[in-house]
Amino acid sequence: MSQATATSHGDTPMIEMTGLNKWYGDFHVLRDIDLTVKRGERIVVCGPSGSGKSTLIRCINHLETHQQGEIVVNGVPMTQDVKRIEQIRRNVGMVFQHFNLFPHLSVLENCCLSQTWVQKKPRAEAEKTAMEYLERVQIADQAYKYPGQLSGGQQQRVAIARALCMRPEVMLFDEPTSALDPEMIKEVLDVMVELAREGMTMLCVTHEMGFAKTVADRVIFMDQGQIIEEAPPETFFNNPRSERTKLFLSQILGH
Amino acid sequence: MAGESMRDVMIEARRPPNAHRGVLKWLQRNLFNGPINSVVSVVTIGVLLWVLWPFVQWALIQADWLGDSRQACSGEGACWVFISARFESIIYGFYPEAARWRVDIVFALMAGLLAWLAIPRIPGKRWAAVIAVVGFPIAAYFLLLGGHFGLMHVSTRNWGGLMLTLTVATIGIVGSLPIGIILALGRRSNMPLVRAVSVVFIEFWRGVPLITVLFMASVMLPLFVPTEVEFDKLLRALVGIMLFWSAYMAEVIRGGLQAIPSGQDEAGKALGLGYWHRMGLIVLPQALKLVIPGIVNTFIALFKDTSLVLIIGLFDLLAIIRAGLTDSDWLGFATEGYVFAALVFWVFCFSMSRYSQYIEKRLQTGHTN
Ligand SMILES: Nc1ncnc2c1ncn2[C@@H]1O[C@H](COP(=O)(O)OP(=O)(O)OP(=O)(O)O)[C@@H](O)[C@H]1O
Ligand SMILES: [Mg+2]
Repeated sequence: MSQATATSHGDTPMIEMTGLNKWYGDFHVLRDIDLTVKRGERIVVCGPSGSGKSTLIRCINHLETHQQGEIVVNGVPMTQDVKRIEQIRRNVGMVFQHFNLFPHLSVLENCCLSQTWVQKKPRAEAEKTAMEYLERVQIADQAYKYPGQLSGGQQQRVAIARALCMRPEVMLFDEPTSALDPEMIKEVLDVMVELAREGMTMLCVTHEMGFAKTVADRVIFMDQGQIIEEAPPETFFNNPRSERTKLFLSQILGH
Repeated sequence: MAGESMRDVMIEARRPPNAHRGVLKWLQRNLFNGPINSVVSVVTIGVLLWVLWPFVQWALIQADWLGDSRQACSGEGACWVFISARFESIIYGFYPEAARWRVDIVFALMAGLLAWLAIPRIPGKRWAAVIAVVGFPIAAYFLLLGGHFGLMHVSTRNWGGLMLTLTVATIGIVGSLPIGIILALGRRSNMPLVRAVSVVFIEFWRGVPLITVLFMASVMLPLFVPTEVEFDKLLRALVGIMLFWSAYMAEVIRGGLQAIPSGQDEAGKALGLGYWHRMGLIVLPQALKLVIPGIVNTFIALFKDTSLVLIIGLFDLLAIIRAGLTDSDWLGFATEGYVFAALVFWVFCFSMSRYSQYIEKRLQTGHTN
């Protein structure tokens, strides 16, 4: 246990992946991924459908298992040990494409659940934290509603608040706006931009290039399970090196 | 005439005309809201009356209710005297008269607890659950069986009637649900051994008829178990019934588990929740809610099948009534006996069904994503 204690200070990178490989049966989804995310860094991951973006970020909190290579999160190396995995997950917040709120619990209860059962906080304290974060995503007035009674954009903001309630050191976003109607995308992106400004370490899979230009320190382009290109947004959008990136950008930017 | 515009008596507000509310309005809206619908309604009601009227006449209008021997019955309609004369034994079986107050207490406790648990307005559900799961079984055990605290010991051989039916049904229901949940989770576990054991267990118990299980429990088990260990016949039947129905329960619950999107479990994982927390707080509450109809269906089937214990010589409600039919003073009242037994079973099962519908509505939290 002792070597698993997180070193939450110093220069240890937030996430460090080396030589990561993953297969689904014969299908090689992730090929030799090396990626380091420093503390406070904001990274946007993009790439064509099926390129392995989701799989990559889901490996970070062990929603997917990898077969080769190493992942170190906040100084804690990933193993198969359940306790270790749960320890890592407590430091890593995740927001899903389809929100995945718990429909049988109210918004407030959604936000209190893991505070109560994982962090063992007293009820009152958990609710206070929850209301704080719901306030931050501007949805505190809906705290007593059930997820089914909210719009998509509202649900996704609740999902962000729910993840933040655990006070994670890094946030993973897997296409957080792609299940939303256009008019709701902005309210979610605004919350994410705000979060980035506050210095949260973020790893976002998204095709919102405006968001990438505003907040990303680096944009990563993936294709067929490989990281093809990795550059600051200006370089990435204005001077992409690889042909595949150029093709992807021309498709996604629509010219 | 100054007094003309004055009244010395207040007139009550009149009720709206009948056609605008209540039964008549409902009838008009639902049964007679068009020529075709009206014809269908009239024909249906006619057929129902034609079929049911003789029964109503027999069971209610021409029936005899009071008395203590068959001489009290005219023979025109049903002779409910047959039931009322042996009502005590139908409720208590052969339980000694002097100790029947103990059964009454258990009945009262159970009714009180059920009301406490079932009626949402009564607070303290957590306490009710603890008492129901821990306190009540212990109290019921000592009260019904006796042998301690100066209470006369009453062997389970003397248990019978409604009291036995309710005992078997309650223990069956309360036991099969948690075992079913464990089995359902086990069948979906990613530990191969746990999964294999669950599958074998479920498929074994689902593959044999309940009658076989009961026979095995009462006839075969003693062959395998050393004779010093005297297992109670009722206990053996209870274990058999519990395991048999837990296999069915497991499959019902597994259906619910499969319907919960994997994203729910993943969201729980991402929040750092462990397996039991994810199951207990996220997946099971949703899955169980989804399969309430199936669970209650199983409860109802279990309740009705408790009457099968009569084949291993336990006298449940139905068996006691059947035993009454062979009483030479009361020959020829089989119809009354079976109708009454059916009515009792129906009342319990229908109540469960209605309550489950009510609970389902209450648990509705808006459309799910
Ligand atoms: N459980 C699985 N079994 C087999 N193949 C899978 C499984 N999950 C994903 N894949 C495959 O792995 C590849 C990468 O999937 P992934 O979801 O990571 O893609 P993605 O880049 O996130 O795509 P999208 O933009 O559509 O979300 C896809 O080709 C997909 O078909
Ligand atoms: Mg994806």
